[in-house]
Amino acid sequence: MRNPLVALALLFAPMSLASVGGGQTLVAGIHQQVVSTSHWLTEAQFVDAFAISRMAPGPGTILVTLIGWDVAGGWGALVASIAIFTPTSLLVYALARIWARTSGQRWQLALEAGLRPVAAGMILASGLVLTQALEGGWVAQAIAVVSTGVLLATKINPLVLMLAGGAAFAAMHGITG
Amino acid sequence: MANTTARPTAPQLFAIFARIGLSSFGGGLSGWMLREFVHRRAWVDEDEFLSGLALSQAFPGVNVVNLAIWIGFRLRGTPGALAGACGIIIPPALLVVVIASGFAALSQHRLAHLLLDGIGAAAVGLSLQMGVIAARRAAAKGAVPIAIMLLAFAAVGLLHWPLPLVVLVLGPISVALAYRRLGRA
Repeated sequence: MRNPLVALALLFAPMSLASVGGGQTLVAGIHQQVVSTSHWLTEAQFVDAFAISRMAPGPGTILVTLIGWDVAGGWGALVASIAIFTPTSLLVYALARIWARTSGQRWQLALEAGLRPVAAGMILASGLVLTQALEGGWVAQAIAVVSTGVLLATKINPLVLMLAGGAAFAAMHGITG
Repeated sequence: MANTTARPTAPQLFAIFARIGLSSFGGGLSGWMLREFVHRRAWVDEDEFLSGLALSQAFPGVNVVNLAIWIGFRLRGTPGALAGACGIIIPPALLVVVIASGFAALSQHRLAHLLLDGIGAAAVGLSLQMGVIAARRAAAKGAVPIAIMLLAFAAVGLLHWPLPLVVLVLGPISVALAYRRLGRA
């Protein structure tokens, strides 16, 4: 194998630029490369890394940090993270600068007004797909719906709501077994 | 425009994004940001936030990192953008490695699993909440945005199209229609 750090950078930097619509779209491609093509991780290691990244707070793409860690330790985690986050971060930074410099142009307003309904539809649909896919059946789905209502109606700290959700779910399973 | 009278400093921004990065179990980070920056502190107004969110989503990259950079830049220029990116990435990246080291022990506890499943379910509410707010706003802008929104919703929710495809197909159409509409106004 080539130097694993170089290989990590060469894998994740281009992938970063291909990830329109959010990090979740990357997972299948990452799995293919890391497990099937490069044999850096076994299937079981990948499944573990994926589960941990889902369980941990923060962006889901933190999965990549973990893969770097598994492949080449601390340096691997660092290189993989830089590779996946930096290219697109620089692009968005450039976009933010352009936006600030020439604000209020017709093409800018059109981009904002045009993309917003697309985003709204995608966010709502993704939320429903997530709700349907929740582990834990109708109890989990009910928690998601109640949580949505409470968030819309109050200024509650989301952390309080999530802890309540966790406690309610565990309690329900304690009762129903 | 953002409220400039009480703009946060870059270290403050870093601290807020780090806190969101470390508390957002189960995801829903942009929902956290909406609550923190728009509803709680009123540093960014809802329209500006939703525009930033839409651009972040249409752009390559991790949405929430894009959004953190966007908000950071809006509020505090280049240092703010850097604070946003570092705050939302570095603390969770360090934590995930720590969690990975203890994963074998943690994964044996049934209660931990149940708690995390419940937290994940409540966190979906953050995404749905934001979807509702974004949809309400989009619906107020007329028939064309409503139609586009419904198409995007159907493409993702019913037809299960991948998100990039939805952006690539509906994005240009919607933007072109908006451009024409703005010309007439």
